[in-house]
Amino acid sequence: MNWISNYVRPTINSIFSRREVPENLWTKCDECGTMLFHRELADNLNVCPSCSHHMHITPRARFKAMFDGGVFAEVTVPEPLPDPLQFRDQKKYTDRIKDARRTTSEKEAMLVVEGEMGRTPVVAAAQDFSFMAGSMGMYVGNAIIAAAERAVELGRPLILFSAAGGARMQEGILSLMQMPRTTVAVEMLKEAGLPYIVVLTHPTTGGVTASYAMLGDIQIAEPGALICFAGPRVIEQTIREKLPEGFQRAEYLLDHGMLDRVTPRGQLTDELVRILRMLMGLPPAVAGDLPAPETAKAPPVPDAPAAEAATDSAPPKSTPAPKAK
Amino acid sequence: MKNYLEFEKPLAEIEGKAEELRAMARTNTGMDIEKEAAALDKKAGDLLKSLYGNLSAWQKCQVARHPDRPHCKSYIETLFTEYTPLAGDRNFADDHSVMGGLARLGDQAVMVIGHEKGNDTKSRIERNFGMARPEGYRKAIRLMELADRFGVPVVTIVDTPGAYPGKGAEERGQSEAIARATEKCLALKVPLVTVIIGEGGSGGAVAFATANRVLMLEHSIYSVISPEGCASILWKNAEKMREAAEALRLTAQNLKELGVCDTIVKEPLGGAHRDAPAAIDAVGKAIRKALADLAGTDGLDLRNNRRKKYLGIGSKGLAA
Repeated sequence: MNWISNYVRPTINSIFSRREVPENLWTKCDECGTMLFHRELADNLNVCPSCSHHMHITPRARFKAMFDGGVFAEVTVPEPLPDPLQFRDQKKYTDRIKDARRTTSEKEAMLVVEGEMGRTPVVAAAQDFSFMAGSMGMYVGNAIIAAAERAVELGRPLILFSAAGGARMQEGILSLMQMPRTTVAVEMLKEAGLPYIVVLTHPTTGGVTASYAMLGDIQIAEPGALICFAGPRVIEQTIREKLPEGFQRAEYLLDHGMLDRVTPRGQLTDELVRILRMLMGLPPAVAGDLPAPETAKAPPVPDAPAAEAATDSAPPKSTPAPKAK
Repeated sequence: MKNYLEFEKPLAEIEGKAEELRAMARTNTGMDIEKEAAALDKKAGDLLKSLYGNLSAWQKCQVARHPDRPHCKSYIETLFTEYTPLAGDRNFADDHSVMGGLARLGDQAVMVIGHEKGNDTKSRIERNFGMARPEGYRKAIRLMELADRFGVPVVTIVDTPGAYPGKGAEERGQSEAIARATEKCLALKVPLVTVIIGEGGSGGAVAFATANRVLMLEHSIYSVISPEGCASILWKNAEKMREAAEALRLTAQNLKELGVCDTIVKEPLGGAHRDAPAAIDAVGKAIRKALADLAGTDGLDLRNNRRKKYLGIGSKGLAA
């Protein structure tokens, strides 16, 4: 019954409620107010073409743009117990989850995948802010652990895109316990000698920032992203003074030595490929959009499953096959 | 003068009457009130037992935050000998909300680290109400590292509303400091025993409490967010803290069931603040027992067991 009500039904619902055409063809940039046509905005990775304001992007849309030929395979995340505390505020937690599944067509707040970017095999995980504010509960914890384990198994780096309002209160102490749990995942990567790169996106706050999102070997943020432990409102209430302009934004953190780089979304993929190839001892990448990796020729690990899942239109490669580590 | 909590009002009345009677008897020598006063004492005792036998989650929060409850400093001064405070993060400052140093528990050398809230206006301000800044976590990291290198077990004492939400704290990397402290807890190859003596406030507590054994005093709490904070976000009304406290399952008893707390340390009747020496003694015994349990274990096993323990949390929920 649980499986049916928690998984099957939302999946069916999501298939039927998936929108063919966005209800709203126009989006207003919340920074400069320009009206943007949805296709133009999507082509620009949800970055406003007139003021470069970075809006939310779903993990799927991000990965589609990031991986060669838009091809990636999902990594299975072990299901946690549903609603372990029988939490209820004004609404039941289980109902909030159902609503989030219906509106996002996603199972939970994190998507873990594997694939190649610039012919560089990676495992990547991205938090979905549209799913209950990306909040970190047991599923997100399990997703990060699964991502790290898969990266170690395949000998690949892990790239993590964070976006969250913090811990998921409806899971109480068990959401807080994702701080140590995800830290164990980061340790697994370190011990395997694999790079762990964090890309902080807007917003990354609370217990998420105070665990896996601040433990990257390299810390990159998208421009303008709010990154903090305590939010600006809480701080203003505590210290009773106005906060400086740009406080807790990516550029402010860069200035205070908390980040390695602030990189616009459009340049991220090239930058990640460049850094990873240097850290992994691979030759420089060939720039430009690459087709999907070939199935037959060079699977990075002899019996890696789903990873290099079939694509029928892969032309011969000009770049050397990536070395498996 | 005693501080009574809101739910202890009836008790305050009875105890006040008994006190009044005795004061009267002191001035009028001929009066015999002992019988009556003793009856009131008994009534107060019974009431105390029934009140504390059945505390709600919100009442437990109030007890856990009671101003007269023994704080970290009292535990360190009473339980340990040769306490030698070690200060500073070698980077920016010494955070006075975090106490730490070498000490002996019996003959055993340990590194003791804990949040101190202070117990009067001056010390509370000096201790920043037990809310650590990044330098506090970085001091803790430094001390844990030192202990690790010399094979000295670590004991942490947790009592904090949470990490300090301030401008400077954010600028100096509050999140990074907490993340690194949690990472350090997980990396130690020496035993790490935590005791939550009052409030275990969110990430600020996790940074110290990611331990081989987590002990909690009977009326202490450990939560992802304060009931007030949770109420104002989810109920859009901070007054709903009673409901939030209940829903968050933040009591030692709930946490034991969820596998987050390993051992509950019984408090004297009416809470630790009614008999601090007894509470401190009980905590001392529990720490010694936990350290003795871990004593024979190899360093790598200690680390691996700690990691396994945390990876396994969440496999059981509360009984419906």
